[in-house]
Amino acid sequence: MSDNSILEARRQAEICNACRYCEGYCSVFPAMFAERSFSDSSIIQLANLCHNCRGCYYACQYTPPHEFAINLPAALDEVRYDSWKKFSWPQGFANMFDRSGMIMVVVLACSLAFLFWLVNTFIPEDGEGFYAHMSHGLMVMIFLPSFLVPLIATGVSINRYWRYIGGKKMTLTELWQASLEAITLRNLKGGHGDGCNYEDEDRFTKTRSALHKMTFWGFLMCFGSTTAGTILHYAFGLEAPYSWYSLPKLLGVPGGVLLCLGTGGLAWLKTKADPNLGVAGIWGSEMAFILLLFSVSATGLVLYAATGTALVEWFLPIHLGAVLTFFLVTPYSKMIHGFYRMAALVKNQTRSG
Amino acid sequence: MIENFNISEPYVLIIGGGNAALCAAITAKEAGASVLLLESAPKPFRGGNSRHTRNFRCMHLGPLGELTGKYGEEEYFDDLLKVTKGNTDEDLARMCIHSSQEAYGWMHAHGVRFQPSLSGTLSLSRTNAFFLGGGKALVNAYYRKAMDLGVEVSYESNVKHLEYDNRRIKSVTAEINNKDVTFTPAAIVVASGGFQADIDWLASAWGEAARNFLIRGTPYNRGVVLKNLLDQGMMSVGDPTQCHAVAIDGRAPKYDGGIVTRLDCVPFAAVVNKNGGRFYDEGEDVWPKRYAIWGRLVAAQPDQVGYAIIDSKSLELFMPSVFPPVQGNTIEELAQKMQLSSSRLRWTIDEFNAACQPGNFHPTELDGLSTRGINPPKSNWARPITEPPFYGYELRPGVTFTYLGLKVDKQARVQGKEGPVENLWAAGEIMAGSILGEGYLAGFGMTIGTVFGRLAGQGAAEHVR
Repeated sequence: MSDNSILEARRQAEICNACRYCEGYCSVFPAMFAERSFSDSSIIQLANLCHNCRGCYYACQYTPPHEFAINLPAALDEVRYDSWKKFSWPQGFANMFDRSGMIMVVVLACSLAFLFWLVNTFIPEDGEGFYAHMSHGLMVMIFLPSFLVPLIATGVSINRYWRYIGGKKMTLTELWQASLEAITLRNLKGGHGDGCNYEDEDRFTKTRSALHKMTFWGFLMCFGSTTAGTILHYAFGLEAPYSWYSLPKLLGVPGGVLLCLGTGGLAWLKTKADPNLGVAGIWGSEMAFILLLFSVSATGLVLYAATGTALVEWFLPIHLGAVLTFFLVTPYSKMIHGFYRMAALVKNQTRSG
Repeated sequence: MIENFNISEPYVLIIGGGNAALCAAITAKEAGASVLLLESAPKPFRGGNSRHTRNFRCMHLGPLGELTGKYGEEEYFDDLLKVTKGNTDEDLARMCIHSSQEAYGWMHAHGVRFQPSLSGTLSLSRTNAFFLGGGKALVNAYYRKAMDLGVEVSYESNVKHLEYDNRRIKSVTAEINNKDVTFTPAAIVVASGGFQADIDWLASAWGEAARNFLIRGTPYNRGVVLKNLLDQGMMSVGDPTQCHAVAIDGRAPKYDGGIVTRLDCVPFAAVVNKNGGRFYDEGEDVWPKRYAIWGRLVAAQPDQVGYAIIDSKSLELFMPSVFPPVQGNTIEELAQKMQLSSSRLRWTIDEFNAACQPGNFHPTELDGLSTRGINPPKSNWARPITEPPFYGYELRPGVTFTYLGLKVDKQARVQGKEGPVENLWAAGEIMAGSILGEGYLAGFGMTIGTVFGRLAGQGAAEHVR
């Protein structure tokens, strides 16, 4: 891990600690001002607590060209990014973060090729809907491990982080409070409720928070749709395709629409925001991740719209390829931020509790 | 862009780009006037000294927003009398205090957001409303508001001359993009601050020692407009030789160091000059009541520098400073690192330590723990400096603002020799000397700027109509 990012964040935090004007913006500052000197682990915890709302940057009297050159959102983003690499598992995969945009493209291409090959090689003898193109058994064989293995990798990483920052037992109340903060994106409210700074310099808007919430809930609904389908399949013997009023569809269709709108909006917003307030050189990777998530939802919706047509043969492997890519890159892409953020919020609750 | 600004219609010209200027611009625009604002700083440094502020002092008769309890007019005015030793204009001061209560709502309505008193500033939670994000966030909010309303803003626009003739300002000349541009506004508000960033002026007023002073705020307050108007016979207020200076970290940048350069360690230290001798009672009173005095005290020492010496038991009793202290395992090592005479500092600390008496130490109140038999004494918090490592901070005077300003009436109108100038108003630091003739009351500069900025904007807009 590059110690430079921690050194730079520490330098800035010491200036912040002598100023404190930003105390009310978010959770980072009260946590920061509770300390007098900053260990590596506390800098890393502060970095993962930071939501990059940018309020402190635009409010800061010491931003460049001032010689103190404060840019806390970027300094913490650097540390945050380095910390994901530091704790990633297996450690040999850490460098994937640096090329995650390119890796996504490669994995996506391979996944698509692989799935097209499967669809054209193992043609099921029977089956309805998309099971006519790929058998349920084959899907499970591919997607179960490609979901579980990255999930385990993520769990190991978060556990490493948790131990490093000195995470202890949490109470249910603390967990609940942290979850509320995560769900409501309290730290993107700017302390005053006007929202955060992002797409238009120092103007406070709720746009980014709203789009992120759409992405979050859309994602959860899509995930819930898949889960519901699995339960219907195994517990009730009800196989896809499902009718429009079934649980998988009631969750999946609006979820997919939300995810499309949320990620599409976030991608558009990202083109407006100042790239200097984050890690230099990973703009493309972050954008690639947003677009990957967009393509997961968009291809899912297209696949649904194509139900019963010959196009399913094309859109099924495309959608599955996007989903497979998403699963595989999760532990080494921007997706990981959600897990670290949640851990940091819980840890912060145990601090103030 | 300024090229698109319609100068064929009567308009209000605002000179300056800090709190007072912005309050004037917004008020004038909302009153229906066309408004052009000339800020001398480039955009990243816009906002004058307001960038570095953090709160404003607000009268309130009950809890108001984040403000606790009540803070009435009489108590507020008494506080002002204490710090100015009566050197104030009571009518203007009371008007300003009275208007501060209403200003809170106006500020909020125009985008300023408040936060609870910052950690480490509990003593101000009743009297001062803190801006969320500090003064630059306030300045940003006002620029947003002003521009949304249609105020035209031009940065890096240095006003050089206001042509005064027959009781009115006929024209204003500014240098913009290396070209002189002459404006003929119907009304003008000057809100361009004091002259503390002009070191030559400061040195000629205060003495050569001022060349060693640090300027806590913007390098753009050079008093060009103030001097230009005074030279043409406008009436002045405030002592032309004085500035408000506090003791700050000697390693601070020459300009713009702002809040983080303050040092709160003096009450827990023995403070020596460059010759290694003590020169004043470090424990005379609580620090908020003494930090301004220490600016002058240090200014009177050789080379305008002081050294605060503490030991490890005092290190965490005050707010962390932006620069880490110099550290030594012995007094001699510390002296060497600070380029003081080791033997002389040893002698001073030994004498100080020997004069300390047993007793109870209370860092947050006057504890009466005083030295005996040394001169100067230390009246409170006097504990022997014995526990290594030892720490030292260099102290220098940091200038916050100058007192010299333009005399205004209760409408914020600038006073010429023959009475008020017909079309000229002033707000903020450039006229604050009328009310703050001496000393300083935390957060009062922003109150003066807000109240007089709004008055000036209103007056100017009415004049244009």
